[in-house]
Amino acid sequence: MCTAASKVCWKADAVPDPILQIEGVSKRFGGVIAADAITLAIPRGEVHAVIGPNGAGKTTLVGLIAGEIAPFAGTVRFDGNDITRLPVYRRNRLGLARSFQITSLFSELTALDNVALAVQAHRGHSFRFWRDARSEDELRKPALAALARAGLGERADVLVAKLSHGEHRQLEIAMALATNPRLLLLDEPMAGTGPDESVRMVELLRQLKGSMTILLIEHDMEAVFALADRLTVLVYGRIIASGEPAAVRADAEVRKAYLGEKDGGGGRHG
Amino acid sequence: MLYFIEQCLNGVQLGMLLFLLAAGLTLVFGIMDLVNLAHGSLYMLGAYFAATFATVTGSFVLAVILAVLASLVAGMVLEVVAIRRLYDRDHLDHVLGTFGLLLFFNELVRLIWGPAGLTLPLPREMLTAVQVIPGVYYPVYRLVIIVTTLAVAVLLYGVVMRTRLGMLIRAGAANREMVGALGINIKLLYTVVFGLGAALAGFAGIMQAPILTVQIGMGENILILAFVVIIIGGIGSIRGAFVASILVGLIDTIGRAFLTDLLRRVLSTNAADTLGPALSSMSIYMLMAAVLVFRPEGLFPAASR
Amino acid sequence: MTASLDPTLDAPPQSALLTPRTALIGCFLAVLALLPAYPLLTGDAFTLTLFTRIVILAIGAVSLNLIMGYGGMVSFGHAAYLGIGGYAIGILAKEGIESGFVQWPVAIGASALYALVVGALSLRTRGVYFIMITLAFAQMIYYVAIGLDRYGGDDGLTIYKRSQFGGVINLNNNTLFYYLCVALLVGSIYLVGRIVNSRFGLVIRGSRSNDRRMRAIGFPTFRYRLVCFIIAGALCGLAGALLANHTNFISPAMMHWTRSGDLIVMVVLGGLGSLFGPLIGSVTFLLLEEGLSRITEYPNLILGPILLLVAVYVHGGIQGLLEGRRRA
Repeated sequence: MCTAASKVCWKADAVPDPILQIEGVSKRFGGVIAADAITLAIPRGEVHAVIGPNGAGKTTLVGLIAGEIAPFAGTVRFDGNDITRLPVYRRNRLGLARSFQITSLFSELTALDNVALAVQAHRGHSFRFWRDARSEDELRKPALAALARAGLGERADVLVAKLSHGEHRQLEIAMALATNPRLLLLDEPMAGTGPDESVRMVELLRQLKGSMTILLIEHDMEAVFALADRLTVLVYGRIIASGEPAAVRADAEVRKAYLGEKDGGGGRHG
Repeated sequence: MLYFIEQCLNGVQLGMLLFLLAAGLTLVFGIMDLVNLAHGSLYMLGAYFAATFATVTGSFVLAVILAVLASLVAGMVLEVVAIRRLYDRDHLDHVLGTFGLLLFFNELVRLIWGPAGLTLPLPREMLTAVQVIPGVYYPVYRLVIIVTTLAVAVLLYGVVMRTRLGMLIRAGAANREMVGALGINIKLLYTVVFGLGAALAGFAGIMQAPILTVQIGMGENILILAFVVIIIGGIGSIRGAFVASILVGLIDTIGRAFLTDLLRRVLSTNAADTLGPALSSMSIYMLMAAVLVFRPEGLFPAASR
Repeated sequence: MTASLDPTLDAPPQSALLTPRTALIGCFLAVLALLPAYPLLTGDAFTLTLFTRIVILAIGAVSLNLIMGYGGMVSFGHAAYLGIGGYAIGILAKEGIESGFVQWPVAIGASALYALVVGALSLRTRGVYFIMITLAFAQMIYYVAIGLDRYGGDDGLTIYKRSQFGGVINLNNNTLFYYLCVALLVGSIYLVGRIVNSRFGLVIRGSRSNDRRMRAIGFPTFRYRLVCFIIAGALCGLAGALLANHTNFISPAMMHWTRSGDLIVMVVLGGLGSLFGPLIGSVTFLLLEEGLSRITEYPNLILGPILLLVAVYVHGGIQGLLEGRRRA
């Protein structure tokens, strides 16, 4: 287990053949340091959770990995490729899919249309002007499959505006899945979900485990401890601890900064 | 060379007028998020007010003062009656609605003042030229424009940076909802800001009236120049508007004055005479295009937007 | 038949074919088809001239609707392509090239080229910036046209012969010319209809709905929007070529920015992002303009406030009114 004091396990060679490797990534906005020399390596197939109090820089980290924000120092490597300067859409094409913390969908379309668009982005080019895209089985079938996998099989033809919040979250996952990702970057997928919905979401994520790497940014501690193979704790843009959940949970620094005095495993929010 | 200096001064003078327009536009956009195509109409109304007041009172200075006040009032009335209903619509609706207002005002001016246009004669004292640099004579009135608009710019800076109103303006530009939640009368603030923008536009219209024109549709051409200024300077940024105005004013004036001659040295007279006017009118758009390529957010983008 | 994405257009389970909307569209199409009978019967040639102009501008509106209604790109410089298309005809005619087979492709090609340049520069921006920038670029070409002394400058240039198409069609026959324009209008509506439901169209519409999302799922949205912009420019260039032929005259006024404003009005009035909206909007707006100028010397005193009212109260244009859509 690594702490702020020790630096050893964050070196690049600590994890052989990581799917995602972030080295010395820093970002500041005006006077605020949102990311302070973050170094992290994630092995393939792992479910890795990043937790931290509000304002810790989790959203910035997501933006840096997804490509919406450019770091002023450091590198991001995906599957061995340096993607630091790559735009968002290229990272997605390499296999890095994300979901949004505040759901970002095509609200005037049906769930199926939403996912079909995600499929379309990865099936041939879209400079086709004549044929009705909604009739293409090549797009519909994988979209329906992704929806089913995310638990929305029955709701394919419902307009997004008419879906529940939890279903929006599922749809976010379905869209990410439709792009055949190798790394799934999930930005607070439990945010705003009720108890039933979050149980379903945890189940869904548990099923995805193994077929892809998952980087999970979350507040919901139950979910985190149920799913994560390893945890990283972020406070004020710096990693203060990273390792197996049990060890992180027990670390005094972490407990003080984030989990509170008592054993924080019972609560949903830190 | 002397001609060059004179043209530079003309460029600065044009720039200052553009700044007044751009400042008003960018204020309104920055705070109320409103695209106002009728801003040029307020510029036009200012000139018409001044010409009318000058005829009625016989005094140039009095006419200017009254016309500025009239522009301020006109702006505030317009805001209350029409503009405020557009705030919660999207930009396209702003374009549509203020386009309708623009058509309306052009027609209204034609109804009230007729199609021919007016003149605003200068008082005798300002009809002379002064020696600004040994050998260079420059019309007094144009100097007056530069000095007064500069004074207004400084005044504007003072208001925005140092007064309570200015603080509300800057806060409103950064976070509209918050200012409202703090109990400030947002409606009144918007009316005042819009009126301020109108007064600035009207003042610009008044100042250029004696040397350029008072006619229907005069607002539109300069409005588009003001848009170019804002794009180059950065939306929401008064400092950007200032720098960009001077740049645009200089490039446009000097381009028109010298480009054809320059081209004559390189091309045949015929070609130069054909290309010259066309290219010089394109010069500021070329500048705008260049800015878009290298710095799409403008030279001095406002931090919050 | 509607291509609008708005969920409030979900028709309740009833006969979907005869709704107020389709009835209106049907009426418009019938009027257009039968129109030339009127001047034949009454000898009033002006009506044919008026409606030819309406149909031509409707093509311009259809092209603007593609980028604005479906693509969310509010271009305030679309009249530039009317001008470029028209000037291509006029310049070539003046230089002795009268064949439509050369003129029209040049008109379309030149418009496409200008759209490529403007789009490449402007599409890096959004919202208000984009509106202003497209306006500025249109203004620029307007001034260039004024500076073209050889081709009439500010006064414009008369075109003595309409585009020649050999034996294929004689454009000097006004009725034939009118039907050609109608055919091109129907054709362009059909073309846009196919485009917006194709893969390409879905990318454009998705980009309007949520561009950030589009990029996150792997679409390089810029290039698609640029191509869309070029298509719209080219189509409007065709309208410009028709306009030049119709009036036998070109002048910078064709691309004056108020003309761009008119096009926007036509699209919004008819209902953004619907296939037949531009047609409804053009007919309505231009007839309104024509009607008002007959009853008063100051038509804009009425037209201006109408536009303002539409901007404030009407959601979804005329078609929205028909469906009883309330302000969102």
